Amino acid sequence: MSLRAGDQLGEPTRAGDSPERLALSRQERRQLRHQLGWVEQTLAGVTEAIERAVFTEEHARSPGWLQGLDPRVKLGMFVVTVLAASLSHSLLALLLLYGALLLAARASLLPFDFFVRRVWLGIPFFAGIVILPSIFFTSGGPRLFELVIGPLHLGPTPASLLGAAVFVMRVGDAVSLAVLLILTTRWADLLKSLQVLRVPQIFILLLSMTYRYIFLFLHTVNGFFEARKSRTVGLTSGSEQRTWIVAALVTLMNRSFQMSNEVYAAMCARGFTGTIRTYSDYRLRTGDVLAFLGTALLAIGLFFLGRVIV
Amino acid sequence: MSVMQVSALQPGQVIYQLRGVRYRYHGRHLALDGIDLEISHGEQIALLGANGSGKSTLLKLLDGLLAPEEGYMRALGRDIKAVAAGQETFTFHRQVGLVFQDPDVQLFSATVFDDVAFGPLQLGLPREEVKRRSQEALELMEITHLADRAPFELSGGEKKRAAIASVLSLQPEVILLDEPTASLDPRTKWVLVNLIRRLGEQGKTIVTATHELEIVPLIARRVLVLGEERRILADGQPEEILRDRALLVRANLIHPQLHRSWLLTLESETEPQAPSDAPASSF
Ligand SMILES: Nc1ncnc2c1ncn2[C@@H]1O[C@H](COP(=O)(O)OP(=O)(O)OP(=O)(O)O)[C@@H](O)[C@H]1O
Ligand SMILES: [Mg+2]
Repeated sequence: MSLRAGDQLGEPTRAGDSPERLALSRQERRQLRHQLGWVEQTLAGVTEAIERAVFTEEHARSPGWLQGLDPRVKLGMFVVTVLAASLSHSLLALLLLYGALLLAARASLLPFDFFVRRVWLGIPFFAGIVILPSIFFTSGGPRLFELVIGPLHLGPTPASLLGAAVFVMRVGDAVSLAVLLILTTRWADLLKSLQVLRVPQIFILLLSMTYRYIFLFLHTVNGFFEARKSRTVGLTSGSEQRTWIVAALVTLMNRSFQMSNEVYAAMCARGFTGTIRTYSDYRLRTGDVLAFLGTALLAIGLFFLGRVIV
Repeated sequence: MSVMQVSALQPGQVIYQLRGVRYRYHGRHLALDGIDLEISHGEQIALLGANGSGKSTLLKLLDGLLAPEEGYMRALGRDIKAVAAGQETFTFHRQVGLVFQDPDVQLFSATVFDDVAFGPLQLGLPREEVKRRSQEALELMEITHLADRAPFELSGGEKKRAAIASVLSLQPEVILLDEPTASLDPRTKWVLVNLIRRLGEQGKTIVTATHELEIVPLIARRVLVLGEERRILADGQPEEILRDRALLVRANLIHPQLHRSWLLTLESETEPQAPSDAPASSF
């Protein structure tokens, strides 16, 4: 499989564009790929995609099921479900949960491949690296096959394979849950609901400034790519690219740090005192209560399912 | 609504007093040196100066975001050092609004509407009022159609308009504008000029930093010129300052080679008889 991050991440976010802009940006992107080396290609694709997907909150603003729920309730649902998933030892329960998450994603109008691909491309890959040794370094039990490397006898047993599958599935579920929560909730609302949960003010302020910082960082990165593209004539060598990227990174950090100071000043200039206030007006409705009860039941069910069946 | 009532400013009341104000960035880069200035409520002031002469810095001082390193400065009856240190900043910023030179810094929300609503929300106004004010500010800057767009997807001029709207929605008594007309098209520029005039007629204090000399007589009744030595070089009425050719050249506001036609109009205005004997040589 050819993994071009620019492609993988770029595609889904194009969905919301108007046709003319879409055509234009596709063409531009193709041109950009021609001119930049692969490192830059990848970076440019990733940053642009994140900037568009996360910071425009385009999914959080679509009229789906989760988007309509009170963010406090959603946060509660999230916590309960993550707990259930991390306590469950049953592959079946975790698979069922994933099925439920897919349904929720569908009901919240998230593009299917966007949701599925983004989760399964990256994270379980890392989880896999962590889990790999435990699959092969087994003791006791019938091995499915055996590798002999010097004094080492390695091989997976059914139990170790199942354990690995459960682990990967659990990570997949947890990440999908987080993605679901973040994509369907506006950032300010998320921060506000943390406030309700009595998370300390300073922590929320930190989170909100980190978010601004990341945004400025990405924004500056995108600006840099554009500026560089406009000054690039002909092809560049790999080492040239790497030198450029290192130099650019340092400047970037400085610049985005300075800009985030300015942003903080601009927020203060408009009366920001650290308390997050949002325009959204959420009130607990029957739908919220039902959703929460449903999720709690699901979580309890999954937990006990894990006790009954393996 | 009790939130709204902050000790009202009286017209003509002195709201800013600066004496010997000096500011350096990071204790090294001198930005302002020995500024003496008084501003009364209801004045419309244009702040002129070359690049790096300290216009933005002065506006940030006036907005209580920076504190002078040396000198005496009071703003709206408060010690500005206390405001910059975080005391009473909330009530202070209810009355003073600053449009930053770089709109990217000022637009930090997910949509233009959120940005415009940010200030009123911080004031703790009821939802309906927040909505009304935001909509009004969007209409004033003619960007209602951009309300749901992400700020970073906008053009330079659209960003600038959104940034201005985000301050207008606060309805401050004192409005500080840092190069508001930069990168605006002529029609929007005209809209803004008229807006500044209208706000001035409503009795607001407006300080506009700008490079565009032609709008100065339209938006200001007093002109401050910051020199390249970071001091106030001149303080007077637009007519007298804009005709002082030597001053404008010295402050690096016009260049004899670039502003020939500008100088011609000045001369022709100062000497009403001139047109008959001076041929229209610029054609
Ligand atoms: N963050 C900063 N760090 C260090 N020096 C700064 C900083 N910001 C401004 N300066 C310096 O302070 C001086 C005044 O800058 P300021 O931004 O106030 O000028 P300005 O009159 O607004 O210029 P312009 O017309 O270009 O906007 C300049 O010499 C500048 O180099
Ligand atoms: Mg400036």
